[in-house]
Amino acid sequence: MKRTWLIMGMPINVVIEDEAADEAAFREVRDYFHYVDDQYSPYKPGSEVSKINAGLPKSKWTTEMKTVLKLCQQTKDQTGGYFDVFRCGRLDPSGLVKGWAINNAARLLKKRGLKNFYIEAGGDIQASGRNDQGRPWSVGIRNPFNRDEIVKVLNVTTEGVATSGTYIRGQHIYDPVNGHAEIKDVASLTVIGPNIYDADRFATAAFAMGQAGIRFIESLKGYEAYMITSDKLATLTGGFERYAETAA
Amino acid sequence: MKKALLTGFVIVSFIVYSLHQRSDGSAVVIKPSSTPAASQTAAAPSSNTSSSSTTSTVPAATAYKDGRYTGSAADAYYGFIQVLAVISGGKLTDVQFLQYPNDRSNSVAINSQAMPYLKQEALQAQGANVNIVSGATDSSQAFIQSLSSALDKAKS
Repeated sequence: MKRTWLIMGMPINVVIEDEAADEAAFREVRDYFHYVDDQYSPYKPGSEVSKINAGLPKSKWTTEMKTVLKLCQQTKDQTGGYFDVFRCGRLDPSGLVKGWAINNAARLLKKRGLKNFYIEAGGDIQASGRNDQGRPWSVGIRNPFNRDEIVKVLNVTTEGVATSGTYIRGQHIYDPVNGHAEIKDVASLTVIGPNIYDADRFATAAFAMGQAGIRFIESLKGYEAYMITSDKLATLTGGFERYAETAA
Repeated sequence: MKKALLTGFVIVSFIVYSLHQRSDGSAVVIKPSSTPAASQTAAAPSSNTSSSSTTSTVPAATAYKDGRYTGSAADAYYGFIQVLAVISGGKLTDVQFLQYPNDRSNSVAINSQAMPYLKQEALQAQGANVNIVSGATDSSQAFIQSLSSALDKAKS
């Protein structure tokens, strides 16, 4: 069974292959994403994030918000400052909340006893179990230069897969100082990790590091990455290929 | 008959030139015409506006006017994208981001050394038969929208 919604300004796809899948399970996931959007969106005036930016005193912050901010601080410490949810003095934890929310939603499904599913939100994925063929879920990495094209296929069963990047960086931007030299830049960085929460936060931070980001992922145990640069080359971490699909 | 043809050509040239002048007020360059008579005649009535046109190297048809142009703020997932296009020498030389969704925005310049221990491969299209697609949050449409509006301003 598959359901798709547009929440938090992005398409969210949930597929559950267990026979026990029912509407209530999908509803729970959908309601949870709506709750996260209402609470953490910096664009909704009534969200707790907006209230904090409007001066809500710390004593009135919810326990959950304090936990999220602790996670943000922890991530900042773990990434040498490359993950920061305070910009220009304003709180915007979107970069952490997305992966965190997908991970929590996956937990809700597991609590219901569901085993074979995936949740995908805006290109970030938490997988569980197997697909309808009884095989691992196949995840295609999109070509940042041609969004209709897949350039790598991964097999995942329990992992999280997050891609950071922007098609903007895929554009040809030329260095205005050095004449016609094209700026070589990271177009996209895909990270596989033990779960989407960790994969997403480290992908976000590593992407901000530029080309050094993939070395940061290489230094983390249990994480692999696939980086595409503007010269249309891909760089892989040492253990990445064990996830890559081999011709059967 | 030859005279009539030439006259006709001059008139047509003049009309084309006048229209061109009207749509693109300044810094217009007409490439040297193969018929000197035509270009001379055509140039005469526009002496008030285009005295500098012959020294400019900007190609008229596609050129943008030098300057900095702010695009409209376009909605992307997780926020808005707004660009500033910098036109120099009639060409787009830089795009700066005035607004960008914070999700992935904190790009930092880092030295780009080679990475000897990591493997590299060229991108290769794979079969599209997959369960799920992983890609960056889609902000390309918003980018194109904002940049187009900035470039529109650079044209007028």
